[in-house]
Amino acid sequence: MNNTNNVKTHRKKSLRRMQNLQLYSMCALPVLLIFIFNYIPMAGLVLAFKNFRYDKGMFGSPWAGIDNFRFFFESDSFIKITRNTLGLNALFIFLIIVCSVALAVTLFRINSRRATKVYQTVLITPHFVSWVVAAYIVYALLNPQYGLINHLLVKFGIEPIDWYAMPKAWPAILSIAYIWKHIGLDSVIYYAALMGMDSSLIEAASVDGATRWQQTRFVIIPQLTVLIVIQTILKIGGIFRADFGMFYQLTRDVGMLYETTDVIDTFIFRTMRVVGNMGMSSAVGFLQSVVGFVLVMVTNYVSKKIDEDYGLF
Amino acid sequence: MINKQDKKLNFLSHIILIALSALIILPFIILLSASFSGEKAIAHTGYSVLPKAITLDAYKYVFKNPKTIIDAYGVTIFVSTVYTVLSTFLMALLAYPLTKSTMKGRNAINFYVYFTMLFSGGLVPSYILITQYLHLNDTIWVYILPGLVSPWYVFMMRTFFKGIPGEISESAYVDGANEYIIFFRIIIPLSKPVIATVALMMFLTKWNDWMTSMLYVNNESLMSLQYQLQRIMQNIQLLQSNESEAQNLVNIKDIPGETARMAMAVVAAGPALIIFPFFQKYFVKGLTVGSVKG
Repeated sequence: MNNTNNVKTHRKKSLRRMQNLQLYSMCALPVLLIFIFNYIPMAGLVLAFKNFRYDKGMFGSPWAGIDNFRFFFESDSFIKITRNTLGLNALFIFLIIVCSVALAVTLFRINSRRATKVYQTVLITPHFVSWVVAAYIVYALLNPQYGLINHLLVKFGIEPIDWYAMPKAWPAILSIAYIWKHIGLDSVIYYAALMGMDSSLIEAASVDGATRWQQTRFVIIPQLTVLIVIQTILKIGGIFRADFGMFYQLTRDVGMLYETTDVIDTFIFRTMRVVGNMGMSSAVGFLQSVVGFVLVMVTNYVSKKIDEDYGLF
Repeated sequence: MINKQDKKLNFLSHIILIALSALIILPFIILLSASFSGEKAIAHTGYSVLPKAITLDAYKYVFKNPKTIIDAYGVTIFVSTVYTVLSTFLMALLAYPLTKSTMKGRNAINFYVYFTMLFSGGLVPSYILITQYLHLNDTIWVYILPGLVSPWYVFMMRTFFKGIPGEISESAYVDGANEYIIFFRIIIPLSKPVIATVALMMFLTKWNDWMTSMLYVNNESLMSLQYQLQRIMQNIQLLQSNESEAQNLVNIKDIPGETARMAMAVVAAGPALIIFPFFQKYFVKGLTVGSVKG
């Protein structure tokens, strides 16, 4: 009896080992790809402290100490791109949360689920258009010669505006574009939370004689508070990363607009590809990675404190 | 229970939603109508919401000299398809073992994948790796190999796989099935919503990709559709900025007019927009499942 048990556990053990081997072999290739394309570039961050030379390579190039950083901090770009990145991202975060929560609540309150689906499909559409195509649309609207907006202005007797030479206008233009592209998908998460909410709360409020507006204001929106706070915190975690595509394409990389539209990501790209200054661009990239990492850790910690279920880990 | 005021509010909500939907769609309509307008109409009255007269001139122009477009379409379709299949498959292969609590080192692999969401080397090191060490620039592989495994979608799949009742695979184990059989015969067929969602996202990422071409491709016949579209815009900008000089270099007739450019944009964006509503059913479901941490 004892003997057969031993054989059984032995067989179970070797079966488990077989299974583990099969599982390892499954994930070997994806794990290798992550190593090559994600981990090796992390090691490449040493470039920030080097004087990169194509003939010497990533690790063989001579050290430059903190020169790359010094040049960046001494340039007037430092203040400008930091201000633009943080300022515009903060503006986007605020606007998108207000708009997508309002949209989710409105969608939740209409009585027809079928209508909701149609609205959602329409509202998500811009998410599937590239920024290149979006730039064509913006151009059709703002083109100084034929643009729709300038034509309307002229009709009302207002002087046409050369939008691509007017940096002041771009925080607003970019905000509108940002909301246009993201509102549909961002509202899905709030909508899903509302769908999972206990409907007896609303029934109870309505039995007590609350109007629909009162139900929305005092029952539904408080249900979303935690989620809103967490979403805000998580988005703040990414505040040092700008959407390169949006800033590069919509502004058509027009130098005259840099004052309000040049952000960290466009600066890194331009410094690397157009100016060819590997040192400074990798130093700025280094700062973005490290500061971004610290910020993500902090914001995750905070959101976990608020609610165990949220946060990325 | 519904009183008059409630009805009013409901009506108002629909009005607001219809207005918002119209605003979101309006830019597409302007683009479409420009592409169907005559070049002269645009020069005369500018862009408008509805075309004054419909003509196909712009599309005829776009397809008159089709080599660039056909090349770009070929590259984009090939890359999008291969990338979608490979990356969805590889991410599923990684996500499945991560659901197995019996696997040794699972937490380590989990963290290994997860850490790439928190920290990255950024643009410059990746650029040097790809151009100086892997020499992927100016090859079709530069579109496919980097970014095949995206941690975000790996975890989305893992969450979904975890939701599949263990009893289903338990009985297959008893029948002597190995992990590969369980994965292909049980897990994959039961995970259509999440696979459809991830596949759609991957497809659209590649369809809309212009940055890879901009960074890594100099060979004209290897450029993606969106990048060719961007180049058309850039070339025109260049012509506008110093007209007299440019006129000597380029025959003015060869420059696409306003309408032809908009037709190009429609041709480039169209397929993605047509595909998406068919996936929408899975899409919202897949997204909400994945966004809840498992």
